[in-house]
Amino acid sequence: MDFLAKIEELRYRSAYFLWVGVFFIGVFAVIGTLYYATAKIDYSWHWFDVPKYFVNQERIDIKADMEGVVEAINGKGKNAVVIVKSDDGSKSYPMAQAEEIWVYKGDFIAPGKVLGVYHKWQPGILLQGMWLTLKVSMYAIVFGILIGMLGGIARISKNPALKWSAITYVEIVRGSPLLVQIFIWYFVLATLVNQLLLRYGFSEIDALYYGVAALATFTGAYVTEIVRAGIQSIHRGQTEAARSLGMTGPQAMFYIILPQAMRRILPPLAGQFISLIKDSSLLGMIAIRELTKATREAITISLSPYEFWFTCAILYLVLTFTLSMVVQYMERKMAIQ
Amino acid sequence: MIEVTDVHKTFFVPHKVKALVGVSTQIAAGEVVVVIGPSGSGKSTFLRCLNHLEAADSGHILIDGIDILDRKTNINKVRAEVGMVFQSFNLFPHKTVLENITLAQKVVRKRSTAAALEKADYLLKKVGIHDKANAYPDNLSGGQQQRVAIARALAMDPKVMLFDEPTSALDPEMIGEVLDVMKTLAQEGMTMVVVTHEMGFAREVADRVIFMDEGAIVEVGTPEHFFKNPTHDRTKLFLSQIL
Repeated sequence: MDFLAKIEELRYRSAYFLWVGVFFIGVFAVIGTLYYATAKIDYSWHWFDVPKYFVNQERIDIKADMEGVVEAINGKGKNAVVIVKSDDGSKSYPMAQAEEIWVYKGDFIAPGKVLGVYHKWQPGILLQGMWLTLKVSMYAIVFGILIGMLGGIARISKNPALKWSAITYVEIVRGSPLLVQIFIWYFVLATLVNQLLLRYGFSEIDALYYGVAALATFTGAYVTEIVRAGIQSIHRGQTEAARSLGMTGPQAMFYIILPQAMRRILPPLAGQFISLIKDSSLLGMIAIRELTKATREAITISLSPYEFWFTCAILYLVLTFTLSMVVQYMERKMAIQ
Repeated sequence: MIEVTDVHKTFFVPHKVKALVGVSTQIAAGEVVVVIGPSGSGKSTFLRCLNHLEAADSGHILIDGIDILDRKTNINKVRAEVGMVFQSFNLFPHKTVLENITLAQKVVRKRSTAAALEKADYLLKKVGIHDKANAYPDNLSGGQQQRVAIARALAMDPKVMLFDEPTSALDPEMIGEVLDVMKTLAQEGMTMVVVTHEMGFAREVADRVIFMDEGAIVEVGTPEHFFKNPTHDRTKLFLSQIL
């Protein structure tokens, strides 16, 4: 019997590894097929082009701004100083950052002449785009939470002005495409507001903030519904217990209901914010250079669409996956209590 | 202490029910009143009207001379003086036992943390669960939870305590520990209104028993009168069903 059980277990385990194998074969088959197809149409892959769109080195020139002669080059390495003498006097150019000095003693110098050069690392277009996506998403998440909290509380209020406002807001925002809303924010509201601002002598507001506003109001509507559901899922007895102790409605909400609702709200909220990060790709349509727009620009320069679209997708995955990890961590922390 | 005059209450959701039909009674300070009656008789509604968890439609409810049906009354002030214990405990699950007892003291009574803790300490000893001060309600038995709930209500130094079927949700072996706390409270002279099915408690502790049926008070009397010589047929029927 024992022997049979062992065989059974072995069979079970080998079957398990068999199906794990099937999974990986499937994954590689998809990748292989894709590669084979691109080879068929003579697409040449240039993955080595990609890293420089994350970070690249820029050459910075140290230039002279006068005419004259190099009188002396004093010191070495970090302490090097090029002294240029002209009819009006002499001026020294410190070469602390320079990797190379391009002039010698006695050289004639014209304004704009490069005395030395160095290289500086700078973020590439993809990294800039990713940072902007992150920034826009974070702003929109913060304002989305604020709007959603207020909206959710208004949604369950007995006051018809509050309640109906919340319902109207949610229904309108949820019922129209985000792209259309972004266009309304940018082409209608932004134009209006900016023109009024200009008329009264203020400076214009950047398109970025209209983009953030569009995303925040969009997310806010969904968060409103999530918060409402979260609050309503807390048993009525909790409010009654709080009120029976003499707490006011807002006190009961703040100390008793919201902290409990928060725990239930967190998972759907995470889903909403992951959607938000992905939806921020639409902001490229109003000339905000977030990740997707940056990718399009990188493709225009590099002419390697396949590599960059995959890279773009992976970068979004990095952002969303990090967010869901953070939320899981928060959930676990709250659950310990 | 409590004066109830001709109180009516009708529910319209989910369907129309006349829960209270002209209820009038008076409860003196230090009195222990037990309200009994078949389910749906309006006894819970009556109790919940006393601290305005349900708003009565008409009539007058005076708590310590303050009419709580008057719209100008600050109900939160009155509620702080009226402790309530629920059938389902309704402890705050995200707070420890200690926090459950200190929160309202700090928020409503504006006591310092030290004063609130001292009070909580005293009450936890009194209800006999001092060792569970830092536990969360979900880790306590039903009887322990209900005793915490009693301590939480007592922490506000209420003038009246309302008990809404405090032992109905408990396993039989835990009923005793809760009733013991309530008995002690009654002996100390707390004004109590208790809705319960525990006839033993009614007989032993109550100064007065109120029998309600179909939203009205049918019979009022001392436990002795009530259990030995009930006058109304409906009371007799009810007692014959449960005893």
